[in-house]
Amino acid sequence: MEDLSFSHKARQRAVGTKNMAIIGVVASGNLEVLAERVLPDTECLVEIKTAAEGFGDVWDAVVADFVERTSPGGLKFSINDGGARPDTVSLRLAQAVRLMEEDDQ
Amino acid sequence: MSAAHTQRAKLRAGRDGTVSWYEASARTRVRLLLDAGSFLEFIGPEMREVSPHLRVFDLPEQFDDGIVVGRGSLDGSPVFIAAQEGHFMGGAFGEVHGAKLTGLLRAARDIKSIPVLILFDTGGVRLQEANAGELAIAEIVRAVIEARSAGVKVIGLIGGRSGCYGGGGLIAGCSSALAVSAQGRIAVSGPEVIETNRGVEEFDSRDRALVWRTMGGKHRRLLGGADAFVDDTVQDFRDAALELLRSAGDFGIDTLKAEQSRLEERLQLFGTCPDAVDIWKAEGVPDADAIPALPADQFISLADKVRRISRDAR
Amino acid sequence: MTLDEMLASLFPDGHDVRNDHSVLLGSGPLRTGGRALVIGIADRAAVGADEAIRLSSYVLSSIENGSGPILVIVDSDSQRMSKRQELLGLNEYLAHVAKCLIYADMHGRPTIGILYGHSAAGAFLATALATRVLVGLPGADPVVMDLPSMAKVTKLSIEVLEEKAKSTAVFAPGLRNLAQTGAVHITWDEAVPLVDQLEALLGDMPDARDRRDALGKERSGRLKAADIAERVRGLALQAR
Repeated sequence: MEDLSFSHKARQRAVGTKNMAIIGVVASGNLEVLAERVLPDTECLVEIKTAAEGFGDVWDAVVADFVERTSPGGLKFSINDGGARPDTVSLRLAQAVRLMEEDDQ
Repeated sequence: MSAAHTQRAKLRAGRDGTVSWYEASARTRVRLLLDAGSFLEFIGPEMREVSPHLRVFDLPEQFDDGIVVGRGSLDGSPVFIAAQEGHFMGGAFGEVHGAKLTGLLRAARDIKSIPVLILFDTGGVRLQEANAGELAIAEIVRAVIEARSAGVKVIGLIGGRSGCYGGGGLIAGCSSALAVSAQGRIAVSGPEVIETNRGVEEFDSRDRALVWRTMGGKHRRLLGGADAFVDDTVQDFRDAALELLRSAGDFGIDTLKAEQSRLEERLQLFGTCPDAVDIWKAEGVPDADAIPALPADQFISLADKVRRISRDAR
Repeated sequence: MTLDEMLASLFPDGHDVRNDHSVLLGSGPLRTGGRALVIGIADRAAVGADEAIRLSSYVLSSIENGSGPILVIVDSDSQRMSKRQELLGLNEYLAHVAKCLIYADMHGRPTIGILYGHSAAGAFLATALATRVLVGLPGADPVVMDLPSMAKVTKLSIEVLEEKAKSTAVFAPGLRNLAQTGAVHITWDEAVPLVDQLEALLGDMPDARDRRDALGKERSGRLKAADIAERVRGLALQAR
């Protein structure tokens, strides 16, 4: 198992009032993303625990791209990864942000 | 769109009854089964109560340890709910996973007036935590019986990719009533385990038709091992849950005696049948060979004619 | 200890326990008066529907016809593994045994499991693990998951698994691990007459509340289960 952590500055705060969202399942080729609105508006953090070791550079690139595209300021993303491909990771991160954009009911 | 329109659209979307139960995650099943927005989770993923036993095997954890438990409402009435995630570690029972369900059942026992829905999706005991998983199942069995003795209905819903195997099958057998879809399977030993221990002549685990005839939802309904057969949709499971909550009987010595008779009779009637088709024929099913391919609605009508549901013998 | 030796040590004044195709049914007198019902599995036999239905029948008829404890004596294999067993709905037969035992325990006939040999998986759940108190005799070897099967699935060698098992009681077989995790309450001493140890246990029975998770925590075998269950129970009670 490998633990990775990437913190970034974000251009703007992620919209919405929800404080927590969860998406995905930990299984082969899949991952879960827990998003929490716990950081200052211009910061974001992605922490990963992964069963697939040695892909730090790939995670770095995927996360950097995600932050640049969606600007999820204020959000911390915690990931449990079962060996997902980069496009699945990007999908789940995007899904997590969309869930956070919903209004808290 | 106005805010109200958006809200209504969301509620409708959240209640899309045609969603496949089999394809849905545990969380999605809970969200769509219960009344919209009614679900309150106990020890949710943000609490990060993961299994302490997987790291040593270099296995990833899941924040909810593969089970979602909490409370919500079904058609306006409160229910407790537990849903296993069949894709995480095969939905298997580990220490934390099992304890969440044990605590829920003990609360139901103490409160007495709120039923429990268990959305089974499990291969049984998680082997990396085998002793803890087995004990969790034993504690859940005890808690189910204590809750039922206090008047609580415990309804099992079975239709996920991991089925309801091993100790999960025993917990299901302790429930007040069970609803199962064609995709659902209920058994103690899985197909591969039987083949490994007894050989492929005894059970060919790759013969899917055999697996489903022997352990699958249609056979369980016809045998009396499940009380309701449903189509693979959230709406059907929801309707069945409501019906079983209304109709499931009380639990006591009379229930146990009725079950004893039911199970004795089954051995007498079907104990020498070599295959499920022989059991179905013995039960008077016309064209038993056509059962596996029969669409859900036709199967349900047929099953209702062949085997009346017993409300007082489980 | 053989089955006969164990029964003689439990009931030095005699008993009427019979072994009928590996299903034990009978009773024996207690020093304090009254009789204990005895059921069980012998000869390391697999437990299938045909065995289970006889066990449950005996327990059920005893619930309204007696008031002593029920001893569940176990030397079994796992559940019987066959097409026929699953075809007939083995899960219901095993669940029914557990239900009858738990019901009896809750209604005046406290249940004591005595593991003197082997037991595994579904058979273990339906018998020994469905009692209020589980006693182990030295030499008993309960197995939830055997190491060779585990090695096959995890692709780790048995040596590696044995090494991992040194620091945790949660997966490897054996009486000590099952005691540490809270399944087995006490291990009896074969050098002391079992009738004495049974009398002591009967004089000091815990109440009919399942405290196995608390026991597992006390013994550091299961550190999370008791707390998680209690937290969920508390949250559920609050949420009304």
